[in-house]
Amino acid sequence: MRALRAFLHNPVAVAGAVLLGAVVLMALVAPLVFPGDPLGLAGRPLQWPGANPRFWLGTDPSGRDIAAQLFHGARISLLIGGTATVIAVVIGIVFGALAGFYGGVVDTVLMRVTEAFQTLPNFLLLLVLVAVFGSDLMTVVIAIGVVAWPPVARLTRAEFLTLRERDYVAAGRMQGLSDAHLIFREVLPNALPPVIVYASVVMAVAILLESALAFLQLSDPNVPSWGNLIGLGRTVLRSEWYVSAIPGVAILLAILGVSLVGQGLNDALNPRLASR
Amino acid sequence: MKLLALAARRLAASLPALLLILIGLFLLLQLAPGDTVDALMAQMGGGDAAIAADLRRFYGLDLSVTARLGAYLWRLVTLDLGFSAIYGKPVASVILERLPATLLLMMSALFFAFSFGMALGVVAARRVNQWPDTLISTLGLIFYATPSFWFGLMAIVVFSVYLQWLPAGGFGDVAMGYTGWAAIWDTATYLVLPVLTLALIFLAIALRIMRASMLEVQGMDFVRTARAKGLSETRIVARHVLRNALLPMVTLIGLQAGTMLGGSVVVESVFTLPGLGRLAYESVVQRDLNTLLGIVFVSALLVIAVNFVVDLLYARLDPRIAG
Repeated sequence: MRALRAFLHNPVAVAGAVLLGAVVLMALVAPLVFPGDPLGLAGRPLQWPGANPRFWLGTDPSGRDIAAQLFHGARISLLIGGTATVIAVVIGIVFGALAGFYGGVVDTVLMRVTEAFQTLPNFLLLLVLVAVFGSDLMTVVIAIGVVAWPPVARLTRAEFLTLRERDYVAAGRMQGLSDAHLIFREVLPNALPPVIVYASVVMAVAILLESALAFLQLSDPNVPSWGNLIGLGRTVLRSEWYVSAIPGVAILLAILGVSLVGQGLNDALNPRLASR
Repeated sequence: MKLLALAARRLAASLPALLLILIGLFLLLQLAPGDTVDALMAQMGGGDAAIAADLRRFYGLDLSVTARLGAYLWRLVTLDLGFSAIYGKPVASVILERLPATLLLMMSALFFAFSFGMALGVVAARRVNQWPDTLISTLGLIFYATPSFWFGLMAIVVFSVYLQWLPAGGFGDVAMGYTGWAAIWDTATYLVLPVLTLALIFLAIALRIMRASMLEVQGMDFVRTARAKGLSETRIVARHVLRNALLPMVTLIGLQAGTMLGGSVVVESVFTLPGLGRLAYESVVQRDLNTLLGIVFVSALLVIAVNFVVDLLYARLDPRIAG
């Protein structure tokens, strides 16, 4: 409750929540406001925003409504950002919890794997995964989750390393609780707050990775993704730059919302640092 | 000497990770649909199965996975990255041709992000919670949220299409045959926008870390002592606060080296720079898996090398580490 009040009294957090809320709202009302297929032919191609009252954000080079793609794109970005974040956080927590709780050989092996993933540039690994497994939406989401987990593992491990020495863990052990119970029911809830804060960074990274992939036309071409639209607009950049400009602003505001909410959560959960 | 021993130990510790990467990627690529020969045949416009079988024997693709993995790792030890069927030359020479542009781009972006991030972070920390701090922190948040490829496109629209100050892409005007300073100036004009684009997000991260780290160090006892000694505020910041506040910044370089290489894929594609990142993109599109694997290997080596330098710098800044 105290954390919630701190969150609501923080102008940064509220601004982030408003931005993120707007994106969620766009995603929710997309099928109501634009009931048709957002990738279907809507009218004459390359109409400037405002030129035709039917398309208040104009049309793209294939004659599709940009506003419709923007609203439906919010669903894709949230879907990808959310799912990939869950995947990354789950992998990271399992790796970090096991490494931090058991230490020794388990820790060494798991941390070597984590290091291997961190030595590889994220985006290059993503390219390799897409080249091997193809680029439909589900594959891209899983691939983003698979490249984004190492920082989560390191964070969880660091928390577990200090928490496992606490008295309540020793007490639990004396009662004969299983390791699984100790890890997931006793230690993990205490290790979770910083991980949740970090999840906002993972989500921002996931949205950026997908949009970059889509911009290179290496993501799923059959979904109305913001990155896809920017990539399409590139061909007409010199004259009709609005095709690329509009979805870019949407990505910027979505990422801004996610990071501000993350910062607000951080301030609310670590009040010691809130004065900074 | 202790310093070198420490650095050598760190370098040795990165070997298992490198080995894991190579084995993992090699096995992963076994799952890829189509191999080099398929790509080659497609480029030749098709051919019969006998030729394909011959080619597979020639490239050693008919052996078992373990045998090929062993052969692959052994070739890497001798720095033989294999042969690119698409480019018709050894992968190592294809990569070497593309490496300078990427290194130049990365170094310039790193230098720009680091120095401006440091300066902005210091200014923000000195004026904490006043308007310069608010302005700089807000800018940092916006830079962090800006997708680099979009920023690059918008920069092209403004500076190349409308203002016509800078070229929209490419890497130097070969046709003009510049030499000496003219050639350097020419290359620099082609690099301004890509460097800015790549540096943007790192600038944002750097200034945020520098600000937090300055604030942290400013409150420490040794700073109060320095102030009590009557040192001027500038001297305190330059000699005492900055040196300690720099440590997290140096760590940042090591952590972000990989991200920067990944970012160069996108930036080089936007500005059609003939670098490693663009090569990676092309090899994905052309299914040139040998080249892709080679690029990943070289990138991993680069990241390890950067971290090696970071370790040395770190020990230089904080003598306690080497001791």
